[in-house]
Amino acid sequence: MTKKQKRVLYRIILSAVLSIGIHFIPVTGVWQLVLFLIPYLIIGYDVLRKAVMGIINKEIFDENFLMAIATVGAFLLGSYAEGVEVMLFYQIGELFQSYAVGKSRKSITELMDIRPDYANIEQDGQISQVDPDEVTVDAIIIIRPGERVPLDGVIVEGTSTLNTSALTGESLPRSVYPGDSIISGCVNTSGLLKVKVTKPFEESTVSKILDLVENSSLKKAKAENFITKFAHYYTPAVCLGAALLAIVPPIFVGNFLEWFSRALTFLVISCPCALVISIPLSFFGGIGGASRSGILVKGGNYLEALAVTRTVVFDKTGTLTKGVFAVTSLSPAEGISRKELLETAALAESYSGHPISRSLREAVETALDPQRVSDVEEIAGNGVVARMDGKAVAVGNARLMERLSISCQENNGIGTVVYVAVENQFIGSILISDQLKPATQKAISGLQAQGVRTVMLTGDSSQVANAVGAQLGIDEIHSELLPADKVTKVEAFLSQKPARSTLAFVGDGINDAPVLSRADIGIAMGAMGSDAAIEAADIVLMDDDPAKIALAMRISRKCLRIVKQNIVFALGIKALCLILGAAGLAGMQAAIFADVGVMVLAVLNAMRTLKVKE
Amino acid sequence: MQKKFKIEVDCANCAAKMENAAKKIDGVNNITISFMTQKMVVDVDDSRFDAVLKEIVKTCKKVEPDFEIYL
Repeated sequence: MTKKQKRVLYRIILSAVLSIGIHFIPVTGVWQLVLFLIPYLIIGYDVLRKAVMGIINKEIFDENFLMAIATVGAFLLGSYAEGVEVMLFYQIGELFQSYAVGKSRKSITELMDIRPDYANIEQDGQISQVDPDEVTVDAIIIIRPGERVPLDGVIVEGTSTLNTSALTGESLPRSVYPGDSIISGCVNTSGLLKVKVTKPFEESTVSKILDLVENSSLKKAKAENFITKFAHYYTPAVCLGAALLAIVPPIFVGNFLEWFSRALTFLVISCPCALVISIPLSFFGGIGGASRSGILVKGGNYLEALAVTRTVVFDKTGTLTKGVFAVTSLSPAEGISRKELLETAALAESYSGHPISRSLREAVETALDPQRVSDVEEIAGNGVVARMDGKAVAVGNARLMERLSISCQENNGIGTVVYVAVENQFIGSILISDQLKPATQKAISGLQAQGVRTVMLTGDSSQVANAVGAQLGIDEIHSELLPADKVTKVEAFLSQKPARSTLAFVGDGINDAPVLSRADIGIAMGAMGSDAAIEAADIVLMDDDPAKIALAMRISRKCLRIVKQNIVFALGIKALCLILGAAGLAGMQAAIFADVGVMVLAVLNAMRTLKVKE
Repeated sequence: MQKKFKIEVDCANCAAKMENAAKKIDGVNNITISFMTQKMVVDVDDSRFDAVLKEIVKTCKKVEPDFEIYL
C-alpha cells in the first residue's frame, strides 16, 4: 500500500471504532449530532472538500458531489449513523479500488519493464557498475551471464546465447559470436560478453521501445473518450432523476422523508466508478499483453481499429519474404559440375558489392582466392566480364549473353537468373531469389481464416509477384509499382473498403513510410525495418514475423470484447440497482457493496486482456 | 517544446478532468495526462514554458487536490 492508501486505512479504522463507540453513549438531539459529526468528518472531510471545490470550479457533478449530497442528506433526515456508514463504505470501496487498480497497473508495467539497471564497465582492470545513461559510444561494456544487455553494441569478445523473449516474445535463444551486433533488452544466458557500445542509451533499442509503450497509453481509444463524455451527461442525468424521485412521488402519495431517502440511495448507487476504471485498464492490459508477444501497439486507438480490420495490404520484400537473396537452384550445362559453376560465378563476382554477388559468394562453402581473377569489368545492367586463371569469363543476365553472342539454355525460374560462360562457352545458369519467411504461409491463411482480404503490393516484376502470390494464396496482387504507386493503390483500397472497417498496411522499408502513415493502421517490421518505417507505423512487430498480425488482431478483438462486456455488465447492474433503490428495495449499504463488487469484477475481467493465447 | 513529467493521480476520471481543464490554458498546445503510466506530457510554447507549466500545475491541483508532480 502507498502512504496515501495507508492514511485512508487509518482513517477508516478510527472512524469505524468511533462510530461504533458512540452507540454506547446515551445522548440525544444536538449532542448526538455533534458526536456523530466527529467520525463523519474524520472519514469524509476530503470528499466534502472536493465536492465544494468542484462546485467552485464549476465541475459539479462527480462522485464526491454525489456522496456529499447523499450523506449530508442522511444527516438532515436525522439518520446520523447511516450518514457515517455510507461515507465509511464509500471510502472502503475507494481504498479497495485504488489498491486493486494500483496492483493491476503495477503488474502490467512490470511485464513491460525491460529497462536495464546498470552497465558493467572495465576501468583500470576494475569492473564497476554505472548507469547505462553515462556510458559513451565506443566504450567497452561487460555483460555477465544472467544480465540484461544494457546498450546496443557489437560483440568484441566472447560467445553466448541471448534470450530475446522480452523484445520479441519468442523464447528461442539466439547464438551470438564476436562481430555480431546485439540489441539492448535481451538477456545474456550463457557466456561472458565484451561489447563495444554503438549507440548512446537514449537511442538504444530499449529506450525506443519503452518510449513507444509509455506513450501508447496517451493515445486514447474512442471507447475511453466515450467514458469521459458519458460521465459528462450521466451524472447530471442521475442527479435530475434523484431530484424527481424526491419531489414527484410525494406530491401523489405523500411521505416526503421516505422518498427523499430513496433519492439519496439512488444517488449513491449511480457512481460510475467500475466503468471509469475498467476501460482504460483493459486497453492498457491489451497493449501490455501484446508487447509481451513482441507486438508493440502505439495506442489504445490502434488496438480498437485493429479489431475491425478487413483488409491487410502487404509489401512483399522484407515483409512476406526475407528480403535476402539466396541461391535457390543451380543448372549446370552438360559436363560441368555444380561446384565448378558456382565457384566460377562467385569468383568472377568477388569484387562486386551487389546483393546478387554477395548471395553467390555466400553460397560457396570453401574459401575463394580472389587472386585468380583479373581484368574485372562491370557492365552496368548486364553483369561482369573478367579473366579467371587466364580464361575469359562472363557472368550476367541474358542480355550479357546476347551481347557477347553466346548461345545459352534459357532458365525460366522465378527470380533472378545468372548465366555463366567460360571462353564464350555456356557452362550453366544459377537461379537467385528472395525466400519466403517460414511463417508467411501461416500469416496469410491465419488472416484469411478471420475473413480478412489480403493484398500484396510490390515493386518486383509481375512474374515473381504472381508466383509468390499464387504460392501463398493471396487474394490480390499488384506488381511493378513505384513507391508513389503504393500510396495511390492504398488510397484506392481505402476508398473501397467496407464501411466501419479498417485497412492495415504492413511494410518495412524507408519507402514504405508514407504508405504506413496513410493507411488506417501502419504495421512495421521492427528488427529489419528502417527507423523511418518504425517511426511512421502504429504497430511494430519486433521479430518481423508476419504471423503476428493475426495474433495482434485476436488480442485486439479480445480486448474490445472485454471492454464491451464491462460496459454492459457495469451499466446493467447499475440500472438494476437504480430501479431497486428507487423502489425502496435496496438501501445505501447494499448500494455501495454492489458498486464495489461490480468494480472488482470489472477490474478482474480487464486483467484478462494481459493473457495471450498463442 | 514537448516535455514529460512523472505525476501522481488517483483515478482515471480525475486524469481526464485535469486534462480537459489544462487544455484550455493559454499557451498549451497539447497535454495528455495518463493515469495508467502516471505520466503527463505537455506541449507548451517555448518562450513561456515555466509560466505555463506553473499554470497547468495550479489548474490540476484545483481540479484534484491530490495531484502531485515530480519536476
